[in-house]
Amino acid sequence: MRPFDPRLARYARATIPYLVVCVVLGGAAAVLVIAQSWLLAHAIATLSVPAALLAVFAGRAVLAWLQEVAAHRASAGVKAQLRAAVLRAVTREGSAPGSSGALAALVTRGVDALDPYFARYLPQLVLAVVVPVTVLAALFALDPATAVIVAVTLPLIPLFGVLIGTYTAARTRRQWRALSLLAGHFADVVAGLTTLKVFGRARAQLAKIEEVSGEHRKATMASLRIAFLSALALELAATLSVAIVAVSVGLRLLHGGMPFETALFVLILAPEAYLPLRQVGTHFHAAQEGLAAAEEIFAVLPEEQKKAAPSPFPAQDGPPRVAIAGLVARPGLPPLDLVLEPGTSTALMAPSGTGKSSLAAVMLGLLTPHAGRVDLDGRALGEGTDWDGLRRTVAWMPQKPYLFPGTVAENIALAVPGAPDDAVRAAARATGAYPDRVLGENGHGLSAGQRQRVALARVHLRCALLPVTLVLLDEPTAHLDAATELDLAGGIERLAEGRTTLLITHRRGLADHADLTVVWSAAQEKTGALL
Amino acid sequence: MNSIRARLTLGAALGAGALVCGIGLMATSGWLISRANQQPPVLYLMVAITAVRTFGLGRGVLRYTERLASHDAALRLLTRTRVAVFDRLADLAPGRLGASRTLGLVVTGVDGVADRWLRGRIPMFSAVVAALAALTLQTWLLPEAGLVLLASLALGGVAAPLVAASAVRRATVREARGRDRMSEVATRTLHGLPELVAYGAVPDRLAELEKADAELDRATGRSAWSLGVADGMTLLSCGAAVFGALALAVPAARAGDLDPLYVAVLALTPLAAFEAVTALSSSAQQMLRSRADDALLARVLDAEPPVTDPDAPTPLPHGVALRVRDLRVRWPDADRDALDGLDLDLPPGRKVAVFGASGAGKSTLAAALLRFTGYTGSITLDGVELADLAGDDVRRVIGLCAQDAHVFDTTVAENVRLARPGSSDAEVAAVLRRAGLDLPLDRRVGEHGAAVSGGERQRIALARALLADFPVLILDEPDAHLDEDTADRVLADLLAAAGDRTVLLITHRPGVPGADPVLRHVDEVITLTAPEPADSVGAAA
Repeated sequence: MRPFDPRLARYARATIPYLVVCVVLGGAAAVLVIAQSWLLAHAIATLSVPAALLAVFAGRAVLAWLQEVAAHRASAGVKAQLRAAVLRAVTREGSAPGSSGALAALVTRGVDALDPYFARYLPQLVLAVVVPVTVLAALFALDPATAVIVAVTLPLIPLFGVLIGTYTAARTRRQWRALSLLAGHFADVVAGLTTLKVFGRARAQLAKIEEVSGEHRKATMASLRIAFLSALALELAATLSVAIVAVSVGLRLLHGGMPFETALFVLILAPEAYLPLRQVGTHFHAAQEGLAAAEEIFAVLPEEQKKAAPSPFPAQDGPPRVAIAGLVARPGLPPLDLVLEPGTSTALMAPSGTGKSSLAAVMLGLLTPHAGRVDLDGRALGEGTDWDGLRRTVAWMPQKPYLFPGTVAENIALAVPGAPDDAVRAAARATGAYPDRVLGENGHGLSAGQRQRVALARVHLRCALLPVTLVLLDEPTAHLDAATELDLAGGIERLAEGRTTLLITHRRGLADHADLTVVWSAAQEKTGALL
Repeated sequence: MNSIRARLTLGAALGAGALVCGIGLMATSGWLISRANQQPPVLYLMVAITAVRTFGLGRGVLRYTERLASHDAALRLLTRTRVAVFDRLADLAPGRLGASRTLGLVVTGVDGVADRWLRGRIPMFSAVVAALAALTLQTWLLPEAGLVLLASLALGGVAAPLVAASAVRRATVREARGRDRMSEVATRTLHGLPELVAYGAVPDRLAELEKADAELDRATGRSAWSLGVADGMTLLSCGAAVFGALALAVPAARAGDLDPLYVAVLALTPLAAFEAVTALSSSAQQMLRSRADDALLARVLDAEPPVTDPDAPTPLPHGVALRVRDLRVRWPDADRDALDGLDLDLPPGRKVAVFGASGAGKSTLAAALLRFTGYTGSITLDGVELADLAGDDVRRVIGLCAQDAHVFDTTVAENVRLARPGSSDAEVAAVLRRAGLDLPLDRRVGEHGAAVSGGERQRIALARALLADFPVLILDEPDAHLDEDTADRVLADLLAAAGDRTVLLITHRPGVPGADPVLRHVDEVITLTAPEPADSVGAAA
């Protein structure tokens, strides 16, 4: 495992000043530790009481406080920057890779694993480099013999650490996997408690919980034994090294070959050279979890790529003509040819699984098609398109409208950021949505019909406030009964007037309201007008 | 019980021993080098040299054994707590727990039991013993130095951790609020991404996220500030202890009241004592967190079970005819009945569909029939009132295939076999076929069924209900998470697979009798309405 991932610095600029702060604080801490050792040795040897000792401790207290505050600043800054980077990256793509729930968990709770990494591990890593070097320099100045012993034994600590780590890596990984399975068992059966109760199996799980939990304990202990043993090995190596220094110093002291003050100084200072190196190991898990979280974030972030600035979307003098040729939105779907004449409405009927919804996504630049092309007034949509400009001229209703907790009015207003309240209410009236009704998570509390009305009201709002020339409606009456469908169809017809409209549906009743109906079947590639 | 307590005590004792060894190492080293400076024959130093060696090795070995002993004990305790908590939860589910959030908190709270000992009580106990040992040594050598150490330990070991812990506690609420807000903005942005992009609403969201992040930052910043102050306080009091010991020992040595050999011991021992005490700050925080966990667990576990079995349950009757008269159910803390006065007849083999918008009481009906909630009015099974039967007996006759049926993180076969342990692979495969599912038996379904599709998850739940062979089967929105085409297929398969069982199909589908393909398979349709503004869609039927 690398101790530091350079991509952290690339995506989160807050990392670099923090590293600098860590080095400065670490250097100051090393100097203060040396001063403290020297003052203590001096005081004991000469039977004096140096007031400077108090100043040194005060200095160390200030450093500790600064370190804590700096670690927090860095950690919060890095997390915010990574979060923003992920959100910017996925909004450029227009869709979240994988499940949005997992990604949300990653950018919120997931990145918290970086806290101990920044607060504990990184400063310790810096200390592990700065302190031994500084201490060695001080020892060289006063007692070269000890400095040589320390210089020779010091590398043993990281060497032992790496050797033990390599030897146990495969085993640890294997156990880690088994552990995470066992660890999830209790949460799993608790989550499934109602199901267990339905089948009369709740109490039967007690023995199983005891068994799995016991296995978990054994597996955990097996992996902990290795971790603790390696910590013990490192501690004993450090103790032994200090003992060698002590023997050499003690012998010289016994034979009068060394001043008492120097001997004391060396013995108080020597363990300080080994301590930070050993402590890096104790924060190993913090480091691993932090880097794993960062790794997951980096997997979401695309490689930086330079895109040519798109030419601005040209002003339109009327509804556009849309020509779709051989379009395959996703691999495996049948190709589609379709022309939407300016100012007319076209109903596209197709069975599920033919990629109707992907069609709207392609026209909005949310999805790069697998093959084929879409021309808008003769200009191909693609790399050079000013999507933001184009989207201002489109009103789209997706198949599964996105609803968030809040009032229906707030949900409608989402369609045009900053829309005035009376326009929102007019849009709600147009589709029979209740603007003051309050929604729960995921639109909870609304019937299927009300959801469709809210989504359709968004389209009305866009058409009322923006220069919309293209209307895309994806299954606007799914889940609705025939009466309600008829009720909404009138509004849809009004929306379509003077605009190029694509109505994706599988309901014959609704398709009849369009100027033209096209049936697209997966088996035949040819499209035909059936009106 | 006692063996776990004994193990935990052993761990704490070993930990204290390791810290005492550290103090001994520092003190004897100080004495040894001061004595060596007087250049006595080496023989005079042998006892001290052996002591230094013993303390040095002892510290490492005792620390190692302490960690093994206390982790083992804490994990044993965790197992016992899990079993006890689950036993209690089994009575409370599902009515009193309901929200998966509560269950998640319970799981976290139970897992916190191990941390309370490993990071809380054990290090705290060890630190106190080590501090006492250091105090004894100082007081024995120079009573005033003992007092100075006591005062600085009180400041650095008690006051500073308290400052840290109370700061963290104060910040926790504000931090949690900031975290919720930030998480809400991020989650909403990600979920609604395509529309937000299409509507040009993304920049607003990013700005909102930045604001939420800054708020969270301020909240956590305050606790970091106080934690830093606490760290600084501990270091300052350590300095005060060292300086105080020197300031007392040096004049005493000069005056001849103290052997100069002990000046080094007196000056160095506080350093080792404070090394032991630094753990107290995080222990205090852990203890506070554990107290919050405890309060939550107590609140959940001390709740009254929603349904208690009668003292002498009536034996289960043979017939399966269900008759519901004037059924009323009110959930705890609700201000109105979720169901008010429902009548329903379910003779054996009848298939009834129940429609209604959310909040109309469909799932409440299922809960009452399964004895997951109390009721007023009457529900009889073959003439016997449901309340007179044992809940587990009722659920042997009346089964549920729920919209949110849990699939466990194991194989398809194990998930199905749960309904009737000991059934053969062939039997499991047969019900899977009837449920229309073509998956290998040994396929793992993943956490919460993440490795299978929503339709497959629903079919696993159905196969399970079929294997259990309930004479009366409640299908609670089995189509909730499926797209329309799949939902139609699954529902049709469900009803066909139910054969001659009684079926109560609960669904929020608009239900246009005759038009809906599923309704051809049911004998009767009833519609529940909630007292809400008329919604022409939800109550169309």
